[in-house]
Amino acid sequence: MRRSLLFLPGNTPNMLINGSCLGSDAVIFDLEDAVSPAEKDAARILVRNTMTYMDFRGCETIVRINGIDTPYWQEDLDEVLPCRPNLILLPKTGTAADVQTADAYMTQVEQRLGLAPNTVGLVALIETALGVENAFAIASASPRVTALFLGAEDLTADLQCKRTKESREIEYARTRLVVAARAAGVDVYDTPFTDVNDDEGIEVDALHAKALGFTGKASISPRHVEVINRVFSPSQADIDYAYEVMEAIRIGKEQGKGAVALRGKMIDAPIVARAQRTIAMAQELGLGREEA
Amino acid sequence: MTEIVRSASAGTMESSDVYVEIEPGQAGIELRLESVVKGQFGPAIEEVVREVLDQCGVENAKVSVRDRGALDCVIRSRVETAVKRGRGNT
Amino acid sequence: MNGKVVKSIREAISLAGLKDGMTISFHHHLRNGDYVLNLVMEEVARLGIRDLTVNASSLFDIHLPLLDHIQSHVVTGIQTDYMSAALGREISRGAMEKPVQFRTHGGRPSDIALGRTPIDVAFIAAPAADPMGNCSGKYGKSACGSLGYAYPDAMYAKKVVVITDNLVDYPLLDWSIPESYVDYVVCVEEIGNPKGIVSGTTQITRDPVGLVMAQNAAKVIQYSGLLKEGFSFQTGAGGASLAAAKFLKDIMLRQQIQGSFGLGGITGYMVDMLQAGCFRSLLDVQCFDLKAVESIRTDPRHQEISAMHYASPSHRSAVVDSLDVVILGATEIDTDFNVNVHTDSSGCIMGGSGGHSDTAAGAKLAMIIAPMFRARLPIVTDHVTCVSTPGKDIDVLVTQGGIAVNEKNRELKERLTAAGLPVLDIHELKEKAERITGKPRKMPRGERTVAEVISREGTLQDVIYSVPDQD
Repeated sequence: MRRSLLFLPGNTPNMLINGSCLGSDAVIFDLEDAVSPAEKDAARILVRNTMTYMDFRGCETIVRINGIDTPYWQEDLDEVLPCRPNLILLPKTGTAADVQTADAYMTQVEQRLGLAPNTVGLVALIETALGVENAFAIASASPRVTALFLGAEDLTADLQCKRTKESREIEYARTRLVVAARAAGVDVYDTPFTDVNDDEGIEVDALHAKALGFTGKASISPRHVEVINRVFSPSQADIDYAYEVMEAIRIGKEQGKGAVALRGKMIDAPIVARAQRTIAMAQELGLGREEA
Repeated sequence: MTEIVRSASAGTMESSDVYVEIEPGQAGIELRLESVVKGQFGPAIEEVVREVLDQCGVENAKVSVRDRGALDCVIRSRVETAVKRGRGNT
Repeated sequence: MNGKVVKSIREAISLAGLKDGMTISFHHHLRNGDYVLNLVMEEVARLGIRDLTVNASSLFDIHLPLLDHIQSHVVTGIQTDYMSAALGREISRGAMEKPVQFRTHGGRPSDIALGRTPIDVAFIAAPAADPMGNCSGKYGKSACGSLGYAYPDAMYAKKVVVITDNLVDYPLLDWSIPESYVDYVVCVEEIGNPKGIVSGTTQITRDPVGLVMAQNAAKVIQYSGLLKEGFSFQTGAGGASLAAAKFLKDIMLRQQIQGSFGLGGITGYMVDMLQAGCFRSLLDVQCFDLKAVESIRTDPRHQEISAMHYASPSHRSAVVDSLDVVILGATEIDTDFNVNVHTDSSGCIMGGSGGHSDTAAGAKLAMIIAPMFRARLPIVTDHVTCVSTPGKDIDVLVTQGGIAVNEKNRELKERLTAAGLPVLDIHELKEKAERITGKPRKMPRGERTVAEVISREGTLQDVIYSVPDQD
């Protein structure tokens, strides 16, 4: 379950050591934008040691490495893969070939470490026009890819448009990424909302992303985590409906019916699948029912 | 054995961080420690600094550690970074 | 009209009959911008008066010149409710022969009124005063808002000197302290530095750990069973406490709950809550920022209260007795929930109770909000260096790594657990922090008693020892 993914600057001890307490489902240790070129070496070591010595139970770890067009990314992987983060976030993914390049090197390191292939997953950060257009190919480029991730700040620069709070300029990219990710059978995460002090704005933005089909949303501020978690959790009505669906299916099966209807609507396979996902999430959040 | 061939530093003076400086030396590890929690953690900090130097194969160096309440994992990181920045090309 | 106006502080001191061995008093509404205590002490020293006890509701770093007066034996006794770090360090190193007496903001007026700590001459800094001594903190270039802590001094001192930099025509309306208590009035150029008196705006914390703590704190209140119509609340001016107030405000507005009063040292955040309809009133013993000063001057729902009315245990009642929830800080808390706010973990004085023990004793829910560790030092210890507030008065500790409820409040523990909040045993919380920081060595303490902590009821609660010289 990754509703919220919180960026932590990779060379700032004060943020890293408290990362697991900030309420997000996952933290993203950032070796890229948050770290100056002169401190890349220090950040790599600090992130590696933070993962080694601090307890991140109950909070997934993701490392944003530097892009494959930089001299840093392989060393980043050498340093952090032994700690087995849950995921690697690959910035500026533009093509399926970018994924394959990173994938091949990750496989090599995994072999060296005696780890099974694809032990550590890959999330493709889509933040260029090229990446958006290639989204489906990127999402299907390797079984290692577990999600797409929209980065709107760099994308709008590439699109030569202004990044606004209303976010109409990224609507196409958002819907395109959701469709591509779902078509490829992977998750999809929305870009952070960058106004740290706008408590209403983050809620509106998260609700919109949820409505479009995003799995979760990234954040650059711990202050946004709680709202994101709330928005991306199933509501009580969602949960109740999911149990109703499953109950209707059970009764239908008992009675040997081929087709089952609930509230005048046919229950088909996608509705059942969604109900199962909702119930699984509710149980993870402690909102599930005991008998189920 | 890792030889320190140039002065190097790592870390910052921010809260929860530590600033480590390393210089070439001849007389084993010459360690100078300042810490906001020296009374409570002085010996523990010194031990971890020496442990990391040992793991990195550093036998001779002047090391100055200015600690702002860093956790062990941060101290380990900054010492290791300073060594890597100060050692000869290997 | 000359009224009670005298030429100088020096003349007022002489007229008041100040002599060796007496006690003089000051309030701290001008906080770290206060000039008055230093001005008076300079004149006292020049007059050759010695062996004085200074009874000040709080002392700040701006009062460091006191050390010179201590060295020259002009001052041989200090009674206060709070002492900031630079001054505290010197006291901890043994600057005084006689231990400092720490009281609480409620204990001080109580002991003054009961005659346990009589005051010979009170010097009251007043941002506005008329020639007969009617005075107020709400007006003038040095405005500080409430003068709550000055009331016991005005009412019970043998002689009362009002010192102002804003002498207005008689009568000053909307006075705080009336002329009936005042003997002399002195007009000086400046009573303080406005920059040190009040903060421009108090900001809620941006520290991520502080925000998590604040969110947890707001949830504890939400699920405590106390958050309902008529709710009353006090919080400190620390970043995390303010953030907790902000999150609480959101909850109160969402649930359309109107509280009866907000209490305490008042910040702009409490004013926001008043204006948003979260409370019917603010009861204000001290203003922390410009917004609070503006509000107490203009909004009749924002009411000044005296230190006795705020927190005295020996008067017929005090507002703290009607308080539902208070959010408080700590430098250390032990597994019995005793709280230290007087010293740091090395034993060096850097604070004081202020209203800590008073509100904790009065409130239905006394919450400590603190990080699991600060600069590698765990907040939960086996035994606090100094018991500022006894554990029997503390209900819950909120950190970023979990919430520990005092066993004496089983109902709260059940409520918070049922609400799904991360409730831990305080011993578990201690171990959790020590797993991250390592176990700190106990700091050695010195031999001498440098301060006594007097409980709000007037009994000796704990003593503070000197700190050995560091290398």
